Amino acid sequence: MSLQHSVAQAQGYNFAYLDEQTKRMIRRALLKAVAIPGYQVPFGGREMPLPYGWGTGGMQLTAAILGHDDVLKVIDQGADDTTNAVSIRRFFARTANVATTTRTPEATVIQTRHRIPETPLSHGQIMVYQVPIPEPLRFIEPSENETRTMHALGDYGVMHVKLYEDIATFGHIATAYAYPVTVDDHYVMDPSPIPKFDNPKLDMSPALMLFGAGREKRLYAVPPYTKVESLDFEDHPFAIQRWEQRCALCGSGDSFLDELIVDDRGTKRFVCSDTDYCTQHLSEQEAGQ
Amino acid sequence: MYVAVKGGEQAIDNAHRLLAKKRRGDTGLAELSVEQIRQQLPLAVARVMGEGSLYDEELAALAIKQAAGDLLEAIFLLRAYRTTLPRFGHSLPLDTADMHLSRRISATFKDLPGGQLLGPTFDYTHRLLDFALLAEGEQPQLHVDPATHLDSCPRVLDLLGNEGLMTAETDRGEPVADITREPLEFPANRAQRLQALARGDEGFLLALGYSTQRGYGRNHPFAGEIRIGELEVWIEPGELGFPVCLGEIEVSECEMVNQFVGGQGRDAQFTRGYGLAFGYAERKAMAMALVDRALRAEEYAEEIQGPAQQEEFVLMHCDNVEAGGFVSHLKLPHYVDFQAELELIRKLRRPAADAPQTAHEEARA
Repeated sequence: MSLQHSVAQAQGYNFAYLDEQTKRMIRRALLKAVAIPGYQVPFGGREMPLPYGWGTGGMQLTAAILGHDDVLKVIDQGADDTTNAVSIRRFFARTANVATTTRTPEATVIQTRHRIPETPLSHGQIMVYQVPIPEPLRFIEPSENETRTMHALGDYGVMHVKLYEDIATFGHIATAYAYPVTVDDHYVMDPSPIPKFDNPKLDMSPALMLFGAGREKRLYAVPPYTKVESLDFEDHPFAIQRWEQRCALCGSGDSFLDELIVDDRGTKRFVCSDTDYCTQHLSEQEAGQ
Repeated sequence: MYVAVKGGEQAIDNAHRLLAKKRRGDTGLAELSVEQIRQQLPLAVARVMGEGSLYDEELAALAIKQAAGDLLEAIFLLRAYRTTLPRFGHSLPLDTADMHLSRRISATFKDLPGGQLLGPTFDYTHRLLDFALLAEGEQPQLHVDPATHLDSCPRVLDLLGNEGLMTAETDRGEPVADITREPLEFPANRAQRLQALARGDEGFLLALGYSTQRGYGRNHPFAGEIRIGELEVWIEPGELGFPVCLGEIEVSECEMVNQFVGGQGRDAQFTRGYGLAFGYAERKAMAMALVDRALRAEEYAEEIQGPAQQEEFVLMHCDNVEAGGFVSHLKLPHYVDFQAELELIRKLRRPAADAPQTAHEEARA
């Protein structure tokens, strides 16, 4: 193959990069995932032109579901302007020529790393999560062979033992993100490394939640209006983070805050991690004045 | 702050311009051509083709140039290109006995049909820096005696096999899965394992192979045969009904003769570890053969003692594109998760220290 030919092909990639056969394979796997909420479906994950670990699973799902009329939002750490979010948004703007937005309510597809937007999602929206390690039991049992059997048997005792050991050692459940959930009273699922602050947003959400792990070649889903419960104990109920501070920009008292260190003496400021929510909250206040 | 609020796109563009400048180096010097890389760094090209799983010397050389010599990055570039190519079919099995040999050695027999052929090798070079290469203008002289010819070189392990001393590898006629198209599930079969090892990281496989030599899953290997040379690739398209030759590729093949199995009424037989790599890649082929044999532990009812014998451990960690990606993702912002950890660690320390609190926890309503 001549170099000229391959350069020409570089400009001639299929809509949203992946070929239609691959997209069909992924969509079939997604249908299975939706039919069995929380179950990890193996799929023939492809190499993407971005490194594994940088959102290749989420990107393959987004590529498989994206249509010409979709409006795409991409966030990383809640923000639209973090470098990797910029890079992924650009990738789809270039390869699929779809409209992009930073506004949560305007988006039909939201690809995310580590956050669920603060603005409530609505029916018809699809969230695509980037997942590093899809297996919630992985850090207790490293073998895939074993963990698949444990899921099949609903053998989740070790997970409760781990949480109990946390309480015995530290007095609290020492998991602050990627906090395991039970989906539809059946599978235990890793909600991806979102802070546990976001876990309640998964429960009975009107939006479809899709999770893609590219390196591990697994995908899974939470269909709309599905029960999602965070694991806990009666005497140690699940609880989310709250801050005494408010956002230094918009004054919000109920969003997830990022802590910034602003000088050499360690002075701290707290701002919303969800940049779109913060901007909207701020402009609403200005409009109200 | 590398979040570069509202400046992310500009920062990315600038970073790419800086990289291009670093790659080009001093513009007062002639630019390295892709053809020069292909011709003068053939072993680097071989590694990139092998672990990139795409036999194309020109594109591998281009990837090396684009990656500024970072071979793992070049492998990644080639993989990302490969994944967009349609798959037309698969070749007929390569017959390495028909190889046009440039090198063939056996450590198990002093002499054997076809003889030992050293070929181009670093072996027996004294690793003394050749300061003459600092000056350019090298013109290696090679005198070929037209009267010499290579006798037929049967595969060494076939010679042992004819005597019944080698366990036979049987083709069960099962369809061969393509690990680049279908997800790997465990337990894997040998075809899947060999595919994964063929594209696995040379350094990782080398270390694992070495670990078996040091006792972590020892399997007593002898380098039965190493052969390197050009080989024809044939395909048989369904609509044609007869095979056609696609061309020649260079491969390195290693067959290890390993400790025997038998007993309980079965005659003792040696076992085999197999390695095959694109291009001149002897170290990779040897490392692969050691690890292939180690991964056959279960098949031969051997005790699994070392990491090299654990299929899931080896196959899930031997791919340097996967490993490099996941390690490098630690550079991405993680401050949401870190904030969650900060909140947690401060909470856990609260009973011990009476420090002012930055966050407190409320039960979910």
